[in-house]
Amino acid sequence: MLVVDDYADAREMYSEYLQFSGFDVVQAANGMEALERAVADHPDIILMDLSLPVMDGWEATRRLKADDRTANIPVVALTGHALAGISEGALRAGCDAFVTKPCLPEDLVREIRKVLDAPSDSTQKKSRRSGKHAKTNV
Amino acid sequence: MSVAAVGVPADVTSSFSLTLDDWSNPLIHALTSRRPVYYGTGAAERRRRPATPLEDVSFHVVPLGALEFAAEPFGLLLIAGPSPLPVQVSWLASVLGQKIDQILGLQALTDGDRGRARERALLHSIINAVTDPILLTDTEGRLLIANARALTLFTATEEESEGRRSAVRMNNMLLSSALSSKAIEETGAARRELLLVNPADGSDLLFELLSTVTQDARQGTGVVSILRNVSDLRRASEEIEENYRRLRVAEVQARAESDRLNLIIDSVADPIVVTDAGGATSLMNEPAERLFTIPARASATEQRWVQANDAHFSSFIAGMLVSADQRRVGEIALMDPHTGDAMPVEAIAGKVLSEHGELTAVVTILHDRREAIERGQLYEQLKQASDELERKVQAATADIAHQNELLRRQAIELEQASALKSQFLANMSHEFRTPLNAMLGYTSMLLQGVAGAVPMPVRRQLGRIESNGRHLLTIINEILDISRIEAGRMPLQISRFKVHDLLSEVKAELEPIILRSKLTVTTSVPRDLPPVSTDRQKVKQILLNLVSNALKFTHQGSITIQARQSRRDRTLTLSVADTGIGIAPADQDKIFEDFRQLDNSPTRAYGGTGLGLSICRRLAQMLNGRLAVESRLGKGSTFTLTLPPQGRK
Repeated sequence: MLVVDDYADAREMYSEYLQFSGFDVVQAANGMEALERAVADHPDIILMDLSLPVMDGWEATRRLKADDRTANIPVVALTGHALAGISEGALRAGCDAFVTKPCLPEDLVREIRKVLDAPSDSTQKKSRRSGKHAKTNV
Repeated sequence: MSVAAVGVPADVTSSFSLTLDDWSNPLIHALTSRRPVYYGTGAAERRRRPATPLEDVSFHVVPLGALEFAAEPFGLLLIAGPSPLPVQVSWLASVLGQKIDQILGLQALTDGDRGRARERALLHSIINAVTDPILLTDTEGRLLIANARALTLFTATEEESEGRRSAVRMNNMLLSSALSSKAIEETGAARRELLLVNPADGSDLLFELLSTVTQDARQGTGVVSILRNVSDLRRASEEIEENYRRLRVAEVQARAESDRLNLIIDSVADPIVVTDAGGATSLMNEPAERLFTIPARASATEQRWVQANDAHFSSFIAGMLVSADQRRVGEIALMDPHTGDAMPVEAIAGKVLSEHGELTAVVTILHDRREAIERGQLYEQLKQASDELERKVQAATADIAHQNELLRRQAIELEQASALKSQFLANMSHEFRTPLNAMLGYTSMLLQGVAGAVPMPVRRQLGRIESNGRHLLTIINEILDISRIEAGRMPLQISRFKVHDLLSEVKAELEPIILRSKLTVTTSVPRDLPPVSTDRQKVKQILLNLVSNALKFTHQGSITIQARQSRRDRTLTLSVADTGIGIAPADQDKIFEDFRQLDNSPTRAYGGTGLGLSICRRLAQMLNGRLAVESRLGKGSTFTLTLPPQGRK
């Protein structure tokens, strides 16, 4: 899987725990790097922090979803911003799930497994919004 | 006494005279007797012989009898012997007597006629001079005598106009019917009214008819009538009657007017005094009586006050009476007879004049000036106060305008500052969370043994790091919530959900703490409670906070979470009741304030930011609901969230 976060401590912590939990992890520190890694390594799932330098998480997600090569990779958004609208924007950009920091590594793993266990058909991805902060359409 | 003689010389007869009053004279006696008397020539007979023109011869005195027209007795002295006189002499004497009487009668008649004619002319002129018609009629009503005025009414010649003649005919008919003996008898009184026609112009003439029946042996019965023209009298009487009637009406009106006037005068609160031309009081209303009459059982002082009032008023009226003014307004310094207070009154006096311009009365109205003066003073004070106030208000207004401007600027600045603060807090919380995330994450990983086995004492210390990190996270989240609510950046997310599910979720999330507390936590939701429509997340946040608080402040007993819907207004209430330490009444409002814990000491027994209830109350308000507390110190607290009626949206 691909872990995208500009904050090294968080990125490495999650990576370490994900590896501890059995995942192969590649890391990226910004959106641009994330796009490159995604195309190059084609991960099964991407953990995407939204506030990123160079290219932010929203833009990166939009591009991933617009690219046939990466469109079917689930994206779990991760952000420290809890303000309303952020999660909305993330889902609009094409994220499949949304997780708010702080998020304990074990909770994150649970979310990721949930997304991965869901059917991988792209038309059904929209309905696979899950996690603590999943929003219903109002 | 005269003598006519045959055979006796004329000088003898003419020189003879006799006094008729001398009844002792035998001749007078003989003449007035009825039988002839003989006087002889014997010696004895000579002594009683009357003196006669006859010498020494015997004679008989033969009276001629009582003559109607003769003023004196007539008799014959017949010279004859004592033998009785032949019968022829008596017969002759009676015939002679009659003849003489006739002659005398005729003579008297002619003399009387002349006198009577004169009298008659006089009478005529007298009765003609009377302007009232006077007439004498016989019993048949025929006109015997009439004066000039009567003639114009009752006679007309052939030459006169037909109208006049018919009027006269009419009058005669009316008169004779009025004079008919029957009419006189019927009325009894001889005084009646008789309506005639004026032949001159045909107008009605009303007469009063006075008739007197005269009985005359020779002329027979007649009726003397005097007519008095009462046409004018009747008009006058009718006028008098009419005037009297008018007078009565006027009197009634005047009385009513007077009654009304009295009522009006009495109902006026101001004293009214009516004075006559002499200055004496003729009328006053009740308020005036209070001023000018000494009340029963008045003290000497009160009497003096009333007398002083009277004197002041009299002097005012006196001034009015002597002046030529029709109206006068003045001030009189009276005294209130009950209190002795000075009572300045305004007196308005008007003269009442008769139609001839004579002064009949003076009407004076007194108006108590005290109230007006007081009011004037009050008004003046009020005005001053008002002016003062206005100056102050103006100054204050200017000040306020200035302050407003400052406030407006400050508000803008504050708004900007508030927006900046919210932004800052949002950013800060993000900045706080990022390192905290790593700290909590690594702690958790260490505790999970990701880096290898951890000895027990280290585990405990890691546990402290974790719990403090979590606390810090709670604080950061609450500060973030407050700033989001204040910045208006916490939108409502309305959804429809079951309360039962929500309560189960709350209980599940708090399960670890509940288990640690060893308290009984029960939920009670009516089976038929319909799903509610509101912001699920916010209700959940409130309940989590309330139950967490209950768990925190309750050491033993139970916590009951209850949902109810009011049958009356369908409001939904969610209450959390505990058996904890409770809150004193004085503190029950403070707990909802920001950053407020009742124990603010550094060593306080309970943790928390003091923002929880403040946030809960704000969230409740956002949901159009309210959050209230009921509590007794040492017994426990019940927090109740009331949400607006369900089923309307």
